[in-house]
Amino acid sequence: MTNELDIFVGNTTLIDEDVYRLWLDGYSVSDAVGLRVRSGILEQTGATAGVLQSDTMDHYRTFHMLERLLHTPPKLLHQLVFQIPPSRQALLIERYYAFDEAFVREVLGKKLSKGTKKDLDDISTKTGVTLKSCRRQFDNFKRVFKVVEEMRGSLAGNIQQHFLLSDRLARDYAAVVFFANNRFETGKKKLQYLTFGDLAFCAELMIQNWTPGAVDSQVDDMDVDLDKEFLQDLKELKVLVADKDLLDLHKSLVCTALRGKLSVFPEMEANFKFIEPCRSDRWPLNDVRLFLNQYSASVHSLDGFRHQALWDRYMVTLRSCLLRMYHD
Amino acid sequence: MPGKLKVKIVAGRHLPVMDRASDLTDAFVEVKFGNTTFKTDVYHKSLNPQWNSEWFKFEVDDEDLQDEPLQITVLDHDTYSANDAIGKVYIDIDPLLYSEAATVISGWFPIYDTIHGIRGEINVVVKVDLFNDLNRFRQSSCGVKFFCTTSIPKCYRAVIIHGFVEELVVNEDPEYQWIDRIRTPRASNEARQRLISLMSGELQRKIGLKVLEMRGNAVVGYLQCFDLEGESGLVVRAIGTACTLDKLSSTAAFLPACNSPSKEMKEIPFNEDPNPNTHSSGPSTPLKNQTYSFSPSKSYSRQSSSSDTDLSLTPKTGMGSGSAGKEGGPFKALLRQQTQSALEQREFPFFTLTAFPPGFLVHVGGVVSARSVKLLDRIHNPDEPETRDAWWAEIRQEIKSHAKALGCHAVVGYSESTSICEEVCILSASGTAAVLNPRFLQDGTVEGCLEQRQEENLPPGCGFCHIPYDELNMPFPAHLTYCYSCRKQKVPDVLFTTIDLPTDATVVGKGCLIQARLCRLKKKAQAEANATAISNLLPFMEYEVHTQLMNKLKLKGMNALFGLRIQITVGENMLMGLASATGVYLTALPTPGGIQIAGKTPNDGSYEQHISHMQKKINDTIAKNKELYEINPPEIPEEIIGSPIPEPRQRSRLLRSQSESSDEVIELDLSHGKKDAFVLEIDDTDAMEDVHSLLTDVPPPSGFYSCNTEIMPGINNWTSEIQMFTSVRVSRLSNINLTNQTLNKNFNDLCENLLKSLYFKLRSMIPCCLCHVNFTVSLPEDELIQITVTAVAITFDKHQAVQTTKTHVEKSLQRASADNEELLQFPLELCTDSLASHPFSPAKEHLESASSNSGIPAAQRATSIDYSSFADRCNSWIELIKLKAQTIRRGSIKTTVSVEKASPLTEGHFRQRSAPACANSTVGVVKMTPLSFIPGAKITKYLGIINMFFIRETTSLREEGGVSGFLHAFIAEVFAMVRAHVAALGGNAVVSYIMKQCVFMENPNKNQAQCLINVSGDAVIFVRESELEIISAQQPIASCQPACSGGEIAT
Repeated sequence: MTNELDIFVGNTTLIDEDVYRLWLDGYSVSDAVGLRVRSGILEQTGATAGVLQSDTMDHYRTFHMLERLLHTPPKLLHQLVFQIPPSRQALLIERYYAFDEAFVREVLGKKLSKGTKKDLDDISTKTGVTLKSCRRQFDNFKRVFKVVEEMRGSLAGNIQQHFLLSDRLARDYAAVVFFANNRFETGKKKLQYLTFGDLAFCAELMIQNWTPGAVDSQVDDMDVDLDKEFLQDLKELKVLVADKDLLDLHKSLVCTALRGKLSVFPEMEANFKFIEPCRSDRWPLNDVRLFLNQYSASVHSLDGFRHQALWDRYMVTLRSCLLRMYHD
Repeated sequence: MPGKLKVKIVAGRHLPVMDRASDLTDAFVEVKFGNTTFKTDVYHKSLNPQWNSEWFKFEVDDEDLQDEPLQITVLDHDTYSANDAIGKVYIDIDPLLYSEAATVISGWFPIYDTIHGIRGEINVVVKVDLFNDLNRFRQSSCGVKFFCTTSIPKCYRAVIIHGFVEELVVNEDPEYQWIDRIRTPRASNEARQRLISLMSGELQRKIGLKVLEMRGNAVVGYLQCFDLEGESGLVVRAIGTACTLDKLSSTAAFLPACNSPSKEMKEIPFNEDPNPNTHSSGPSTPLKNQTYSFSPSKSYSRQSSSSDTDLSLTPKTGMGSGSAGKEGGPFKALLRQQTQSALEQREFPFFTLTAFPPGFLVHVGGVVSARSVKLLDRIHNPDEPETRDAWWAEIRQEIKSHAKALGCHAVVGYSESTSICEEVCILSASGTAAVLNPRFLQDGTVEGCLEQRQEENLPPGCGFCHIPYDELNMPFPAHLTYCYSCRKQKVPDVLFTTIDLPTDATVVGKGCLIQARLCRLKKKAQAEANATAISNLLPFMEYEVHTQLMNKLKLKGMNALFGLRIQITVGENMLMGLASATGVYLTALPTPGGIQIAGKTPNDGSYEQHISHMQKKINDTIAKNKELYEINPPEIPEEIIGSPIPEPRQRSRLLRSQSESSDEVIELDLSHGKKDAFVLEIDDTDAMEDVHSLLTDVPPPSGFYSCNTEIMPGINNWTSEIQMFTSVRVSRLSNINLTNQTLNKNFNDLCENLLKSLYFKLRSMIPCCLCHVNFTVSLPEDELIQITVTAVAITFDKHQAVQTTKTHVEKSLQRASADNEELLQFPLELCTDSLASHPFSPAKEHLESASSNSGIPAAQRATSIDYSSFADRCNSWIELIKLKAQTIRRGSIKTTVSVEKASPLTEGHFRQRSAPACANSTVGVVKMTPLSFIPGAKITKYLGIINMFFIRETTSLREEGGVSGFLHAFIAEVFAMVRAHVAALGGNAVVSYIMKQCVFMENPNKNQAQCLINVSGDAVIFVRESELEIISAQQPIASCQPACSGGEIAT
């Protein structure tokens, strides 16, 4: 005797968080049943494997029906078919849009195209995230990207409004969208040590300061693209490096100010230009901070340099990013 | 022109994409009522159109208002081809027709398509301006309130409970009309949905008319059902209890007619249909003309009344010796006489209620049931009296006579059902025979010292257990003892009833769900041969089911069943019986004995061992169950128990389960020889099976309880956390060598596994009780068994258990011992007293008349209608006895088991619970429950009845997730549509919710499936008790509250 049909429908939709997790993680029903058995649930509840199978199937079916609505979370709130308490709705959405660190680091900065989607197999193998889950996460990125791509207003705000995510998750998605749009290569070897958190932090600062939205909150794509004018203007700053006099002056100003305060002063003097070397020389974080502060501040004392505002817009963000990225 | 219906279409949202090119939709709306249609403008290129239409006004008869649903169709405009339908919304405007219910319907409704399911939502506002012309009430019955709830709705008071109302309407099923061959499935489904909606409306109107004739203003316990008879048609039938209700908060009744309790009402037998309902007047729609209704024709009622006199037990007050007894015999007799006269005017003194106002139920006789097997035939001339109507009348007549045989003049907890397979139909009716207090049956005139006295004399919570029939001429074998509560009156050893546990009943421990499950194979046959085969099987099934129930009850250590429902389902090659009830231990009844196993070949040593092993297992189970359900009745000193009942008590105690009563009766005893009723003989394979199935029923996991009544005896501290659910399973039998035994095992496993799954799914609600567990079985195909369960899980607070029962028990115990001496001194007097108070002598003549009665109609049928002539039927257990005695060796049957006075265990108990943590009720949440109340809340308003019928069909079954995906989505959609309608009425819950039908058909080879669902309930507004306290604090008068508390249930 086999059950051809086996369903349970509650007036309030039953959501089992553990099963939801397994579903999101891309396990098949039988795998999920196996994992649940191993969790000791049968012993706790005195249920049989058959009961567990039926229960898991039922939850999976519910999630499958909910998935269509989760693609546009406001629909989940307004739909009438599934009666779900608001706190549960939020949980469903938040978990559905959550992503794995390992996965996002693989995809961040890549074009969210079919090409990338084809690589999900490899990513799945590499990261140990199931292919199903990879697809969901990739599709989430792509869906959010498509919706907010052309929108006015704050990027994170738009995401939050259209996908009802928590503040934190919305900002993460903003970073994902920002990187994807600007194709910042984050997969390079020397950037491998950076966490998604680091990159999201930088993205947020760049969105705040370097996009058209930072200047004018009414323009299209204000948060998504970098401000082209700003990028153009940055060329002006090259004078700080290109002009030997200016460079020397800047250098002496910084050196004077920091003499005695830095434990790694000699190296700084020698390397005066970029931060990566600092890491290999194992500067303490505090020294880096002091250096960067002085480095940006002393420009104001350069008489021959006229782009003070531009410099600040560039350097304030850069300094914070560099500091965040300065770790092992 | 007594009414103006106004409709405004506001907006749509989440519409489906109808134009692939633009990914958008050009939607407009058709609003149709009767034959008038209005249209909105087309709202171009949007999935969220804002029509904001004008008010569409329909000027209509109130009769049409009652019959017709408002039909809203959303379409996609197409310039070049036909407009595509997106979906429809049917709105029943009945709730707007009585002043106390909703005043406006406004809200978002799911747009439903029978092929695609829900496709977006539409915002609609509906209002009705009624010109209150009282004269028009002849045609329509606007103003009569309908309630599905089977008790007097909270916040109302029953002024008069008039009695039974019934009606049925038949039509051709559109699915089987010739046109169905050429139209689309969608068109066919919609025709069906619309027709049933129309028929329901008409039915309700007609029932309403009957209520008005009886001078009532409401129908309580309204139960409407559909019989899909296939080729032979579609029957919509309804039963209910007419009442005059008074709103508690406002003393002014809204219907002037009911306010003046008219005496004539008594003179008007309700069946004497003064309503010349020959035809609906006015501009009726063509469709209406196709809908035929049969109200009991004059000729029939004459016939029934004649048989009535044959059977009627004229009250002989003087009979049974004049000794009045100390309990005020004359009063009792007078009371009985009055009740009798009040009820005798009624053709059917039936009540669909399962719970009653305090004092309404005096005694309970036991379960009465009747079944009849009929062959369906196309209704050639729907005006002929020999139709479905006559079939039902016949069955009701039988029920009535059974009740009389039990010394009862009324039947409560009454219900009717059918099971149809191809052209065979089993009609079933059952209820609980009872003696009622006349106070509620007439207007207030009887109220006075009489009742007061009566009540004073009644011991608490045991009166309903006292037998209403004559002890010396018992209609069936029963083992009587003196009531363990009051020691004054006789009680049976076991009580079976179809009602809820009365509020004041005293119970020991907790109750539990008890089910008897049974399958019987039958040969496939055609027409008459088939019907005969079924008729022959039925008595055996009834008997087996009864034995199983009895065994399981004993195994639980309990002595009474409430809410008993026995469902017999017919399939092509088998019959299924499923009985569900809630077992309890009533303090008034004797402690049940155990179950004893005996072998046939006692010389075999190993065999003996086997038997003693089984015996031990059974004894262990009983002990375990007693512990589990906390059944530890107070030890009553032997001298108290030593009642002056002449039966050889000891013998019964030693040899058999002492509670088994029947074998005391000579008639049965003779046929049984010396065999013992409750000794199960192991050699008998059936018995083996019985024993086995007894032991395979696993108790629910710790923290779970279950019952099929409104509430669980012994639990009274509910929290507000409730979860209503429906679970469906369809199981395919591996068909090769099916035997009754494997079939039974399969069926048993199916039910047990389903319960296990429910317990697992709801484990987060522990401690929790599944209430109102309602199983239905159907056999959609040869090898398929479908089980549908609807119930509500309610969490209770373990730490706040209020031990009210204990004190009750102690009290009654004291009383018992106090009364005991007296009792012993006047045993004779007591006997005569009971005689005097039960002036009927139901005796044998009634038994005979009951059985001969079954013969008479058979003869009539033979002459009247072609097919039904052979149709045999299985009567209630009364008739069975004789059969049994000859054919079945073991066990005895108890025709009837009595009970009474059910009313939800309410007030006192609930009031003591502390207010629950009030969940923040989010806007838009609509609770659904099969119960008549919401724990922790007070129902402040009834908004009207919800009665909805949906069809869903698919031709892409695989794509929709197979049969499970299809049905899961459909049921979720049905819930959604119910909630949306309730919300649009301004309500936040539906109570007394029931899924009356869930007919599922599949054809996986064609990738197709179809399902029909019929649900109903009462839309209400409830207020959390915690919120209520604030309000009442502000308005300290709140005069209605104490009155309300009678029925109110709080957390």
